[in-house]
Amino acid sequence: MAVDIGARDLLGLYEQMSVIRGTERAAHDLFLAGLVKGTTHLAAGHEAVAVGASFALRPDDYVFATYRGHHHAMARGATPAECLAELMSKRTGVCKAKGGSMHLTKASAGMLGSYAIVGAHLPMAAGAAWSAKLRGSGQVAVAFFGDGATNIGALHEALNLAAVWALPVLFICENNLYMEYTPIGSVTAVAHPAADRAPAYLLPAEVIDGNDVAVVADAVRRAAARARDGGGPTVLEALTYRQFGHSRTDPATYRPAGELESWLARDPLELARQRLADHGVPQADIAAADARAAQVVAEAVAAAKAADPPDPADALTDVWADGGSAWRT
Amino acid sequence: MADVITYREAVSEGIAREMRRDPSVVCLGEDIGAAGGVFKTTAGLFAEFGPDRIKDTPISEQAIVGMAMGAAMTGVRPVAEIMFSDFLACCWDYLANEIPKMRYMTGGQVKVPLVVRTANGGGLGFGAQHSQSVENWALAVPGLKVVAPATPADVIGLLAAAIRSDDPVLFFEHKGLFASKGETAPDGHLVPLGQAAVARAGSDVTIVALASTVPLALAAADELAEGGVAAEVVDLRCLVPLDMATVLASVGKTSRLLIVEENPYQGGWGGTVASVVADEGFELLDAPIRRVAAECVPLPFADVLEDQVIPTTAKVVAALRSLLAY
Ligand SMILES: Cc1ncc(C[n+]2csc(CCOP(=O)(O)OP(=O)(O)O)c2C)c(N)n1
Ligand SMILES: [Mg+2]
Repeated sequence: MAVDIGARDLLGLYEQMSVIRGTERAAHDLFLAGLVKGTTHLAAGHEAVAVGASFALRPDDYVFATYRGHHHAMARGATPAECLAELMSKRTGVCKAKGGSMHLTKASAGMLGSYAIVGAHLPMAAGAAWSAKLRGSGQVAVAFFGDGATNIGALHEALNLAAVWALPVLFICENNLYMEYTPIGSVTAVAHPAADRAPAYLLPAEVIDGNDVAVVADAVRRAAARARDGGGPTVLEALTYRQFGHSRTDPATYRPAGELESWLARDPLELARQRLADHGVPQADIAAADARAAQVVAEAVAAAKAADPPDPADALTDVWADGGSAWRT
Repeated sequence: MADVITYREAVSEGIAREMRRDPSVVCLGEDIGAAGGVFKTTAGLFAEFGPDRIKDTPISEQAIVGMAMGAAMTGVRPVAEIMFSDFLACCWDYLANEIPKMRYMTGGQVKVPLVVRTANGGGLGFGAQHSQSVENWALAVPGLKVVAPATPADVIGLLAAAIRSDDPVLFFEHKGLFASKGETAPDGHLVPLGQAAVARAGSDVTIVALASTVPLALAAADELAEGGVAAEVVDLRCLVPLDMATVLASVGKTSRLLIVEENPYQGGWGGTVASVVADEGFELLDAPIRRVAAECVPLPFADVLEDQVIPTTAKVVAALRSLLAY
């Protein structure tokens, strides 16, 4: 496969993945320390999907993600500090601590939300693509979703209508083998839950290595170009693996022995390091990128910890476009 | 005399006025294009605005409303049609979990300026899955504006306000009113969301009504007028924003309140109106608050059975007489 990312760009993508990995680890530790309430769905292991795709997209393209969406928010430009502050219920959170871990959103960067009802955002992405087409803006919309979303009706309604209207939308499945604790293969009629459904809608589909940032970037670039040229939607099924459990402190005992280890051997950061070495990038440069990433994460943790809690009065703002919440006279 | 149009024609007229004014307004739904809608409420729009702005969809309620949401978040003002309000259940995720929460849970980053129109209500013998009044479903979800006009002019004026609103609006068109006639609305007519109308002034008893129950209330008021009773009829027009100021002012005059609603008594919107009046208007009242609502059963098919379940003029008259005798 033609993958032509230069060494400099690749090092930049590596550093972004390193920041995301560090932030996810910090989120994990902060959760265990009792500083993050509710739940988190960490994306450690999925970084290449978000970073590779974002590299291939335009800044004004639209991204819709799931509750496992920290990596997408950061890949699109949300800072680790504002994401961690959101998780920690701080006023400086990216959603003013009204959304939480499952709803990270950075609209100004085209990151139009993280949605916690499985599959619901696929029609939304199709709608954003329809809007782009109506406005002739040349933008593309992308829905990232889990393998579990492939068995929900909204996915099929979205794929069909997006195909019929030839919308500039990319449907990118992060197939990490599990829906919570149940293997997708045990409840799905086809081997590739996303890609094998695409032919029913005459949509092109590819199964790709979701842990290889260069492969993801290449596939997304081709699909986005096709969409911008009026070629309609593409389904990409990115094979990946979540390195933590499903959420919170899930120890993931349902995984067969050796599975985690085999995927850790194909860790997206490790694959990127190998590619960088192949490009002749010195180890010192990679270590420097990791050091910068660690610094960003450490500063983000400190900033989030130091930030103020929300103003209680903010519970009653932001319902309506006038900023308020009045429902009656 | 002013021009007269039907409620049905007012729907397409109201949409057309906004589409002429604002090129970002688009429509999507089942059979709404060349067919003009199963209730003919979009007649003429396809011919005037063409296939890019009037989109026929497959039978995909989730895609219709979910795509409208995505489009609304990105610079378009969609008007989505859900053919029968009963089918809102098929896309309720979008109306309960997605659309009304988007602005709030992003800390105000995103607006969702869309309208979902739907044919609501009974009286036409469509049976249990095509006749419900479900405006109370919408009232149960903070973050949705809820509109239900009773007259053709209000259809036009409230559609203008709904389509121009930067908030999501669920717009209930009553099936039983489609053939009703009334004055059309002047150019530029706009009825702000959340302003009730006093459809008939009176000083003896207040009847609060919405959509189909407005004509029932007016007919009952006519009947009582023969006996010298002056009933005031308040047409709420919207459930959110709910114009309680107008209701409380009327009760302040009449001291008696009857609420007439087509949704079931169980969980019906009248309960919310009654609770505010009981809380903030207790001293204004000389009698208990009464409600005429649908019986708490599925809607039956036969007319004689359906009449037992949904409000009728006779039921409103009986309730008024008992309230006045209290
Ligand atoms: C409609 C709906 N059903 C069930 C759930 C509960 N739930 C949350 S995550 C999840 C698993 C989803 O798996 P997948 O789509 O593969 O995403 P992953 O968590 O692996 O990223 C389930 C069942 C939900 N949030 N929404
Ligand atoms: Mg999964």
